[in-house]
Amino acid sequence: MTVKTMTAAINEAIDQEMGRDDRVFVAGEDVRVGGPFGTEAGLHAKYGDKRIVNTAISELALTGIGVGAAAVGLRPIIEIMIMDFVSVAMDQIVNQMAKMKYMLGGQARLPIVVTTHAGIDSSSAAQHSGSLEAWFCHVPGLKVVMPSNAYDAKGLLTAAIQDDNPVIYISNKRCMQTSSEVPDESYALPLGVADVKRVGSDVTVVAIGRLVLDALTAAEELAKEGINLEVIDPRTLSPMDTTTIVKSVQKTNRAVVAHEAVRNCGIGAEIAATIADEAFDFLDAPVKRVGAPFTPVPFAPLLEKQYLPGAQDIVAAVRSLYH
Amino acid sequence: MSTQISNDTLIDMHRRMVRIRLFEETAGKMMEDGKIPGALHLYVGEEAVAGGVMVHLSDEDQITSTHRGHGHLIAKGGEFDQMFAELYGRSTGYCKGKGGSMHISNMELGILGANGIVGGGPPIAMGAAFGNKFLKNNKVAVCFFGDGASNEGSFHEAANMAGLYKLPVVFVCENNGFGEYTPQANHQAIVDVADRAAGYGMPGVIVDGMDAVAVYEAAGEAVDRARSGKGPTLLECKTYRFFDHVGVRGMGLTYRSDEEVERWKKRDPILLMEERLLEQKVLSAEQIKAVHDITSEEVLAGIKFAEESPFPDPSSLTEDVYA
Ligand SMILES: Cc1ncc(C[n+]2csc(CCOP(=O)(O)OP(=O)(O)O)c2C)c(N)n1
Repeated sequence: MTVKTMTAAINEAIDQEMGRDDRVFVAGEDVRVGGPFGTEAGLHAKYGDKRIVNTAISELALTGIGVGAAAVGLRPIIEIMIMDFVSVAMDQIVNQMAKMKYMLGGQARLPIVVTTHAGIDSSSAAQHSGSLEAWFCHVPGLKVVMPSNAYDAKGLLTAAIQDDNPVIYISNKRCMQTSSEVPDESYALPLGVADVKRVGSDVTVVAIGRLVLDALTAAEELAKEGINLEVIDPRTLSPMDTTTIVKSVQKTNRAVVAHEAVRNCGIGAEIAATIADEAFDFLDAPVKRVGAPFTPVPFAPLLEKQYLPGAQDIVAAVRSLYH
Repeated sequence: MSTQISNDTLIDMHRRMVRIRLFEETAGKMMEDGKIPGALHLYVGEEAVAGGVMVHLSDEDQITSTHRGHGHLIAKGGEFDQMFAELYGRSTGYCKGKGGSMHISNMELGILGANGIVGGGPPIAMGAAFGNKFLKNNKVAVCFFGDGASNEGSFHEAANMAGLYKLPVVFVCENNGFGEYTPQANHQAIVDVADRAAGYGMPGVIVDGMDAVAVYEAAGEAVDRARSGKGPTLLECKTYRFFDHVGVRGMGLTYRSDEEVERWKKRDPILLMEERLLEQKVLSAEQIKAVHDITSEEVLAGIKFAEESPFPDPSSLTEDVYA
């Protein structure tokens, strides 16, 4: 075990999988110099141009490298620098990668990981701050992973690379700067399994990405008021481990769902609907959703701060369950 | 041919270029000092392109800009006050502090957006030209984009339709030799982006992008051609950014040599222009100095305006999303 940033943990997972399986390679913009956040730092020196493929600024074709190369037997990792840029690659992801296996009656097998970096980080404005995970959760054929800490990040990325399906692997930019204990050796955490980050009895908070950390902060504050939060991190958003969530709500009888993405039609809505479907009789209060307002992300730091959902929003949502 | 340029035009171009240079240098400093949030992609070194093209356009003509967009806005008449205020995230900025550097624009000056998406501009410029032709308004649209952006599908699709419909648009490629940290030779197999014009039935013209007069002449022909209904031109300006992709550091970078930077700096576009002004006795050394001095004062006034301007009101967060 060593304390590592989430960025370093991601780097280690890529490195170890590349070392283990020579069909694994990375393609992306400026990955030669380590990628925009350093997740490929040092890998070009180790694996060279052949397996750290520094592409042109062409997200559609870059993603096509993934689809085509996977179709002929490789295991590509495709890096889209910033999550907002996935829009440029969307046809390859949604119409090709996600559906190919099904449309061809099961013939194709596409072990691709699309890695990308999401969320707000110091005034990057409307086209560099998006949390767009819900777009992909709406597409059958894709798996969607969104870790909140270094330990999960490494294990989930290892599993994603080993998975035979296309996986969209989303790192929240502010989570990437956080550190935790991470084993040096390789390990995989199963996709589709949630993790209970804090055991509690009063309110279930299902939080995603950075909001997991905020939920834990909120839990400390609310504990002082005698409200004991259970914090669940689904980690994989599609397929979602609804069993863990529903079981928790059956125990606590109250639920709040929280993410950085826009609240409207966010993944939180899906989770809230699932709770309503499967645990309606256990609920003592409506399920509350915490998310960003329905606007693009503003540039000005004050507006950005106002926009960004955080611990205080979770605290307020929890308190509202008791009124 | 240069004899055809009036002294007034030379003085005009020089003034626009100096305005860009001094604005950018100060903006860079303010970013380093932490006064301007977010990232700045500075235009220093490329002033001859904006200067040489923009003197052919009226406020009625449109442009699309890029992430490196301050220079385009200044050359098209942008005021320092509102520009600095935008970079500072104040409500008096051109975009009310919602856009910041990457989206800084004034539509009254015909600017249809700077852009955080590489390749976001070409389809918009093509569409504006489509609208101009439709409306028979005699306006021209100019699309600025980089060598890196010339690899996005969006550029190729826009160029194809512009050629097909003979639209009044000029594609100005600012080839500064890099897309972020990737040299041109590592992102495309051609040396001249202008070669791509052939595929879309338009002339491809290569010009020395450090020489404002050369840019002026070539841009004049391209704009005339567009305005007279003969269709688009791809004008490639060979230029160089003196600073890093982001920020003000110019030297000691890993992806280019200091010698290369020095070589290009010997052909500093403002230096070349001032040599010409002196040689042709258009301006005296004192008069040139006066241009710099007056501009410096305007820069200081712009900073003061920005720093004294109010922050956006919290209520503005949810405004401007819909009409
Ligand atoms: C669709 C998209 N992909 C990637 C980026 C990240 N990015 C911002 S600027 C840039 C380089 C652009 O190079 P070029 O078009 O040559 O313009 P320059 O920066 O050299 O002016 C990249 C890759 C982006 N903003 N948008």
